[in-house]
Amino acid sequence: MTTTVLYTILSLSGLGAVAAMILYAAAQKFKVYEDPRIDQVEEALPGANCGGCGYPGCRQFAEALVKADDISDYYCPVGGNDTMKEVAQILGREVAEQEPKVAVVRCNGSFQNRKRTSIYEGPSSCAIEASLFGGETDCQYGCLGKGDCVEVCDFEAIFMNEETGLPYVIDDNCTACGACVDACPNNIIELRKRYKKDRKIYVSCVNEDKPAAAKKACQVACIGCNKCVKVCPFDAITLENNLAYIIPDKCKLCRKCVDVCPTNAIAEIGFPPRRNKRRNAKKESADQEQSKNQS
Amino acid sequence: MLKTFTKGGVHPAENKITQDKAIEKAGLPKKVIIPIAQHIGAPSSPVVKKKDQVKAGDVIARSQGFVSSNIHASVSGTVAKVDHVVDASGFKQPCVVINAEDDQWADGIDTSDALVKDIDASAEEIRQKVLEAGIVGMGGATFPSHVKLSIPEGKHVDTLVINGVECEPYLTSDHRVMLERAEEMLVGIRLLMKALGVEKALIGIENNKPDAIAHLNEWLGDDPQIEVYGLKVKYPQGGEKQLINALLDREVPSGGLPLDVGVVVHNVGTALAVYEAVQKNKPLVERVVTVTGPSLTHPTNLLVRVGTPVGELIEAAGGLPEDTGKVVSGGPMMGKALKTLDAPVVKGTSGILVLPQKWAHREKELHCVRCAQCVDACPMGLEPYLLKQLAERERFEDLEKNSVLDCIECGSCSFTCPARLPLVEYIRYGKTNVNQIIRNRKQQ
Repeated sequence: MTTTVLYTILSLSGLGAVAAMILYAAAQKFKVYEDPRIDQVEEALPGANCGGCGYPGCRQFAEALVKADDISDYYCPVGGNDTMKEVAQILGREVAEQEPKVAVVRCNGSFQNRKRTSIYEGPSSCAIEASLFGGETDCQYGCLGKGDCVEVCDFEAIFMNEETGLPYVIDDNCTACGACVDACPNNIIELRKRYKKDRKIYVSCVNEDKPAAAKKACQVACIGCNKCVKVCPFDAITLENNLAYIIPDKCKLCRKCVDVCPTNAIAEIGFPPRRNKRRNAKKESADQEQSKNQS
Repeated sequence: MLKTFTKGGVHPAENKITQDKAIEKAGLPKKVIIPIAQHIGAPSSPVVKKKDQVKAGDVIARSQGFVSSNIHASVSGTVAKVDHVVDASGFKQPCVVINAEDDQWADGIDTSDALVKDIDASAEEIRQKVLEAGIVGMGGATFPSHVKLSIPEGKHVDTLVINGVECEPYLTSDHRVMLERAEEMLVGIRLLMKALGVEKALIGIENNKPDAIAHLNEWLGDDPQIEVYGLKVKYPQGGEKQLINALLDREVPSGGLPLDVGVVVHNVGTALAVYEAVQKNKPLVERVVTVTGPSLTHPTNLLVRVGTPVGELIEAAGGLPEDTGKVVSGGPMMGKALKTLDAPVVKGTSGILVLPQKWAHREKELHCVRCAQCVDACPMGLEPYLLKQLAERERFEDLEKNSVLDCIECGSCSFTCPARLPLVEYIRYGKTNVNQIIRNRKQQ
């Protein structure tokens, strides 16, 4: 009895030892040399595998970083400048500091602001809806509200607001990876410079229609009236195809354009309430009018 | 036994309400909106500007490139604007808007009803006239017809197939053309045969139109060149690949054209347009449109000028019923729901279908149970359930391998699906992306 147990243990251990030797020999023979820095760089990256850098995942990005001679064009939007500095240290190279960005939804066509003129019953996907027709409203440019952007976000940074039917970005979670920008078939979402205290000034509209058509389709559409362009002291606003655009690098957040916009198409977010009484009075009367229209 | 195509197919209820209604001439519209891209291929370039005076039949947009088509004014009057106008799907399209004033035709157009039977034009002249007249496939695909008449070198065509199938439920415009304009259409077919240099033409008609078959046979007598075939009723027999399979038992290879099996297919409406273009010098500015629907008071077949707003057609058919849920351009299987009734009739509009609310909405989607009814129904031998899943997961390379581009978007799979899955929508989405990938690959 004991001998059987002994033989079994010995023979199995022997088998194991032989197999280990073969495996070791094979591992030595077919060894692939890998730069150890790849592992180090990967360790430094956030590991979200979001694809925001343009590579399929963090590992591939790390490989590309190690291979590249000049890494100043490479940027991990999730990790930001801190991560890139760490990577540069590991690789002994220089990186240029990049401005942090945040995703901004350039459409304010909520249920209240933009009438639904038809009903879409197809698959719940913006990409498919956009391939079939111009959307449920008369604005062919605006948000379709089916949430393709929410679906692709890996950071829980964007969600659909049930009341307005529009996506909202949670600035703290947004890493500016650009997944939502690519997913949006109407190119509404834009990565804009992140200002202090997450303040934002942008034209919240992408409608290129003529003024009358744009205004008819949506109450808060940009009608290309040129007022903001004239008032801007920094030449930060351009007007093209009946649509104003605020250049982030030039904008100094003075909010003069917000005051003159006749349709409230320019969004100001994250600012303290204003002291200017005239502006407040104007805004109040506009709000009252709006509520009248709705009732 | 009657001929039909072999793979798949479905049997939707026919509902040909308007098959006994003679073609009526619709009143002249006050304003026409003529899109400059009514065909497959490059959009035309407008040659008129605001305040220009035009007569019906004048060219208002010239074709750009080989696969493109001329566009003509369909009424006489003043050009109101050349601008972007909302089209049937809610997108802005460049259009020419003309305010109609009186009914004058451009010089050289014969608007009489006299039948011109003798064919004087040579093959090249016919092709040129078809190109000039802006004729496109009238069955709905709107492929420029002169392209189909120009046989590339190395290809040989032996048969012309004339498509009088009209397999879409409700639509009867081709049926009425075959009954009322048979002589003219037959001259058109002879013109097409001459242009192609073929000795044989087959007309395929589904067996639910026995009067059209009898009528054409009567006119043909014992003509050895043109034969009429009654076909077993099955959707989508009007697809050109299905029709070739049904009539000639030839199979167009995957990714190929009917040319590859020596066939060219034209619609009966196109044959009539070719007759008018060559014998009467009249460009394609009007077409027969079926205006139909279960709750319309006067469903009918109308001869309409291109560019007429759809709303006017519905007025002519008794006005929009109260229970309307959807207005579809085309048939119920492949047609597209309209976003606005201001959308104009274009060269490819074969019907306007007004559906009541109770039929217009979509049932709730269930889960795919792998019953494979869609596979049985697919006339192209594809696996719609698989294509849908691949498209949903955006696996476009796999879609390409599964021949998604062979899909003719006939809707048989969605029609037959017991889980009511929107298969065609997903497949179409996949096709768009696969086409994009192929285009990118070619550029590289």
